[in-house]
Amino acid sequence: MGVALTKSAQWTTAAGFGTGTLEITPLNEGILKEIIMFVESFIYKHPQEAKYVFVEPLEWKTNLDPSAFESGYVVSATTVKSEEVDKNGQPLLFLSVPQIKIRSFGQLSCLLFIAKDTKLKEAQACIEANRNPVAKILGMDYNTMKEDPSILNILDKITKEDDPESEVKMKMAMLLEELDLHLLNYSLKHASLEIHLNPVTIKKDIELLKHFSGQGEQTVLESIEYTSDYEFSNGCRAPPWRQLHGEICYVLVKPHDVETLCITCCAEGVFLNGGKTDDEGEINYERKGAIYKDLVTFLKHKSAKFSENMSKQVSTRLTEEQQKVKDQPKKAPKKKEADALHKSITSSNKSKLENNQINFGKNQMTKRLEPSVNWKTDVDFKVISVRDTQEKKHGGRPEKSTPPVSPGRAQLVHKNADKTEEIPSESSSESEEDEEPPDHRQEANADLPSEYWQIQKLVKYLKGGNQTATVIALCSMRDFNLAQETCQLAIRDVGGLEVLINLLDTDEVKCKIGSLKILKEISYNPQIRRNIVDLGGLPVMVNILDSPHKILKCLAAETIANVAKFRRARRVVRHHGGITKLVALLDCAQNSTEPAQASLYDERDVEVARCGALALWSCSKSYANKEAIRKAGGIPLLAQLLKTSHENMLIPVVGTLQECASEESYRAAIKAERIIENLVKNLNSENEQLQEHCAMAIYQCAEDEETRDLVRLHGGLKPLASLLNKTDNKERLAAVTGAIWKCSISKENVTKFREYRAIETLVGLLTDQPEEVLVNVVGALGECCQEYENRVLVRKCGGIQPLVNLLVGINQALLVNVTKAVGACAVEPESMVIIDRLDGVRLLWSLLKNPHPDVKASAAWALCPCIQNAKDAGEMVRSFVGGLELVVNLLKSDNKEVLASVCAVITNIAKDQENLAVITDHGVVPLLSKLANTNNDKLRQHLAEAISRCCMWGRNKVAFGEHKAVAPLVRYLKSNDTNVHRATAQALYQLSEDANNCITMHENGAVKLLLDMVGSPDQDLQEAAAGCISNIRRLALATEKARYP
Amino acid sequence: HLCTSLKKDSQFWYLYSCFMVKKSEVECLIRLFHSLVERDDVRLHNNVLDRNTFRATLHNLFGMTDDMLMKRVFFAFDKNDNCMNVKEWIKGLSVFLRGTFEEKLKFCFKVYYLNSDGYISREEIFDMLKNSLHQQSSEKETDGGIEELVEKMLKKMDYDNDGKISFAVFEKAVKEETLLLEVFGQCLPEAKVQCQQPKLVEKTF
Repeated sequence: MGVALTKSAQWTTAAGFGTGTLEITPLNEGILKEIIMFVESFIYKHPQEAKYVFVEPLEWKTNLDPSAFESGYVVSATTVKSEEVDKNGQPLLFLSVPQIKIRSFGQLSCLLFIAKDTKLKEAQACIEANRNPVAKILGMDYNTMKEDPSILNILDKITKEDDPESEVKMKMAMLLEELDLHLLNYSLKHASLEIHLNPVTIKKDIELLKHFSGQGEQTVLESIEYTSDYEFSNGCRAPPWRQLHGEICYVLVKPHDVETLCITCCAEGVFLNGGKTDDEGEINYERKGAIYKDLVTFLKHKSAKFSENMSKQVSTRLTEEQQKVKDQPKKAPKKKEADALHKSITSSNKSKLENNQINFGKNQMTKRLEPSVNWKTDVDFKVISVRDTQEKKHGGRPEKSTPPVSPGRAQLVHKNADKTEEIPSESSSESEEDEEPPDHRQEANADLPSEYWQIQKLVKYLKGGNQTATVIALCSMRDFNLAQETCQLAIRDVGGLEVLINLLDTDEVKCKIGSLKILKEISYNPQIRRNIVDLGGLPVMVNILDSPHKILKCLAAETIANVAKFRRARRVVRHHGGITKLVALLDCAQNSTEPAQASLYDERDVEVARCGALALWSCSKSYANKEAIRKAGGIPLLAQLLKTSHENMLIPVVGTLQECASEESYRAAIKAERIIENLVKNLNSENEQLQEHCAMAIYQCAEDEETRDLVRLHGGLKPLASLLNKTDNKERLAAVTGAIWKCSISKENVTKFREYRAIETLVGLLTDQPEEVLVNVVGALGECCQEYENRVLVRKCGGIQPLVNLLVGINQALLVNVTKAVGACAVEPESMVIIDRLDGVRLLWSLLKNPHPDVKASAAWALCPCIQNAKDAGEMVRSFVGGLELVVNLLKSDNKEVLASVCAVITNIAKDQENLAVITDHGVVPLLSKLANTNNDKLRQHLAEAISRCCMWGRNKVAFGEHKAVAPLVRYLKSNDTNVHRATAQALYQLSEDANNCITMHENGAVKLLLDMVGSPDQDLQEAAAGCISNIRRLALATEKARYP
Repeated sequence: HLCTSLKKDSQFWYLYSCFMVKKSEVECLIRLFHSLVERDDVRLHNNVLDRNTFRATLHNLFGMTDDMLMKRVFFAFDKNDNCMNVKEWIKGLSVFLRGTFEEKLKFCFKVYYLNSDGYISREEIFDMLKNSLHQQSSEKETDGGIEELVEKMLKKMDYDNDGKISFAVFEKAVKEETLLLEVFGQCLPEAKVQCQQPKLVEKTF
């Protein structure tokens, strides 16, 4: 009992010094009640011990009147004596108003019965007056307030004393010890139940309440504010000397139905204090009421209105959530997670939750979202639900705080969804931004920037103001830094996007202008773009394109240009007829026929066209839009605009053209509309972006031979060559090198480039450039090196080493070009020496293992000149362990280009007898024979060459016949390709040395076909055909001779 | 016949040359003026328009709704005698309909400052914006909102921090952001009306 009273009971501050009082706290009350129960039942449970006389009486001031005592007491006006007396005849209870002395548990029990309703007070007074009751009951030796008050100690004392009382005393001690333990347990339990408040939770509560405070019937409070603005670093606002008592801060709360309350928030809980004194503004810190566990509970008790509105808030949120969940169950897969939040709140749709639940497995939020009767959790939940409501409104995306796996997963899901919605044929040029970026919103608990609240207010004025107020709010909103993500997201998060989009639907020109000006700025943010599309902003903007006000046209087009950066948006624009309208904007001439208006908000027609082009540029990244632009007659208009000299205009125009030039129809139109001329002209512009787009457009178009010639004729090669020297802007460099690559497919162009010394520059660009540039540079060199002079030039400039170095890359496009370039260089024996020395052949050979067929084929083609020109090629080839087997096995490929190139490699390998023997062992003959049935002329040619080479070994000639390669070969002679004829005739000539083959040929009508070939101007063909015929003829003669000797 | 007599008047040619209004349009406006005057009580007014008729015209033709502002527009049209003669009418409407940006700027400023001290004061702004917010909840809250709008505009325009807006400051702000021209209330015809104006006047007549 003693320990419990000293350690657990909560004494007022003065407790340490003299007569303290017990505070009225739930804990103290509990302890007192436990003690009372103990004392009351004492007389029944332990009648023997109840008679035990205390060593010293328990003495305190009672409020009981002597008249309350009845039978068993001697009552006078001011005194009461119990009839029960000790052995010395002293009464066990003696009351002399107001002092009372009691010396046994029996009397204590009786007193409590008499006290009835006031027994708690009496018990408290008793405990307060007797700070160490055990010592008084059992004597000072049992002072439990001393150190080490162990039960053993007490028992020890008792057993030493031998008087008859000792047994009773021992029992007493045991009982008191039991009580003490019980009380300690009780207070422990209580302590663990109690939620200790800390500055953070209190701050959160107050901020939340503030959010729902204000004028009006719906708010929970009229106002709530701190008494002090200063916050100490520990989060407390109470002055330091009060913080010692665990006090955190003081708040003035004005509920709707009660006077202003001055409240102390301390670690133990929340209570009403003495209020703010009027004169000095000081707070009377004294507690004036019960302690509540938190602010919300406190206010619920104090204000009925608060409690009513608070539950309303919760329920309206809940119904809102549920409604929304119902309304849009599967609107977008991404929303599933947000829905999951609500579902887990309502905790109804457990089954539907299952697939989402997994995301929340490690999420601390689930814990907070578990339904609970506890108000504390309700408050937390409310924080979330408020955020969620906003999120739902604004497109409903999962919070940032969802587990890290979910954005990726959501992304995947959404991508799939996008794919299914999307028409399959989207242009390859749309690469950027087709991924949905993971949406992130400010976290529920994150501190919101001040802009957030200001913007929220402005949005309120937008909603509730007339035209004038709306314009003012719009202008004020534009004063924020709209390029800043915080502001962009704030506008969205407070519901501003809906309002702005709604304004576009009104008749108010000024409001539309203001709204579009804001939308234009914030739509630079990818998330906002998606939100705008989700809210149906695009169709409205498309409609505005028809407006008679040019500024509206401009702004709408510019905003569309920003928004249509992703596929779904571009599709929406197209489906609402936006492309046609945008194309119409390009027609300056048509616009200028309208009567000139002295409208305040007018802009020049050129500006309208520019904005139109800007929007088309964004839209033109989708294949279907390219088609739509063409069908709407966009190309002649773009061509027309290309003649202007406004750079601002030219960039989007050329950008659109460049984007569209990926389509054959555009390339033809570009040629027809004489656009190349202007593209070339603008290569000379000062603007880097313009140069880049022009070069890019040329790159796209120069696949066409006529276009390449046009570029040259209009003098485009020189500016391209000179732009090669400007390497700082990598995008432009990539475009320029691309244009050079494609242009150098024409021999005349290559000659020009050599003249402009572009080849040297290209070689210089082989190192330290990004891959996009390297691909084009190497591609260009590959084309240039088809000519002898350039091969020499590249070698002399030291280009071979960097080229060979690039053979180890992984970029497919780059490898295709590099192998081609190396192959082209290898034609030159001198260069070949260098390549060989750098181990280039081995690198090429290993690229035969590359998974991409293009790389395989290109590497194989490059190997041919290498083998041809290497010194001691046979030895070199043999040195590649497993190399020959690899090549032979490539004949099993199903890619025609790979097969043709490998056949060519085999032709070259087979020139060496030893190697031919090896590949024969690896089964080259059956594999080649298998390929014979093909219509591909390229493959036919190289296959025939390979067969003819492979006939040079052992009984391969016979083997080809056995594998039925001869008959298909004969059919090759019917092809239209002379190269095929020559190679086939040579192969047949080789094969005709075997009699059976001759018979097969004859049977398949080879003789007649070969006779035609003999008349060919191609000498090799003539010879081979003649040789073959002679072999067949010889066999026939021999047979005749044998038959008719 | 009035037109023909007016045409001889030097004033007509003055107007014609000064305000860049098309000849036909001036004629049109004059006819409109006289039809309005005739509709009015002729005995009381001698070829002048009173405020009520003018206000009705502003409302019917130009879609203006704010009574107080229409009053202000009247005073901006009218010199000082509380009634509008044909010269004032045409001069005003020429700005109203075909005014250059500068003219409209001056006109709007004139409408907005009432006590003719050359400045728009905080109180005047408050007065003009008084009805711009729909009564959402309590009057107090709405007033608070308007107060804030006033504050925002002063912050935006009052570059010299004297709590009032001079013409120079107004001009600067509007040139930066054209939307601010009618910042304290609509005092020019709606943009869509402006476009159709010639036809509309013709039709009304």
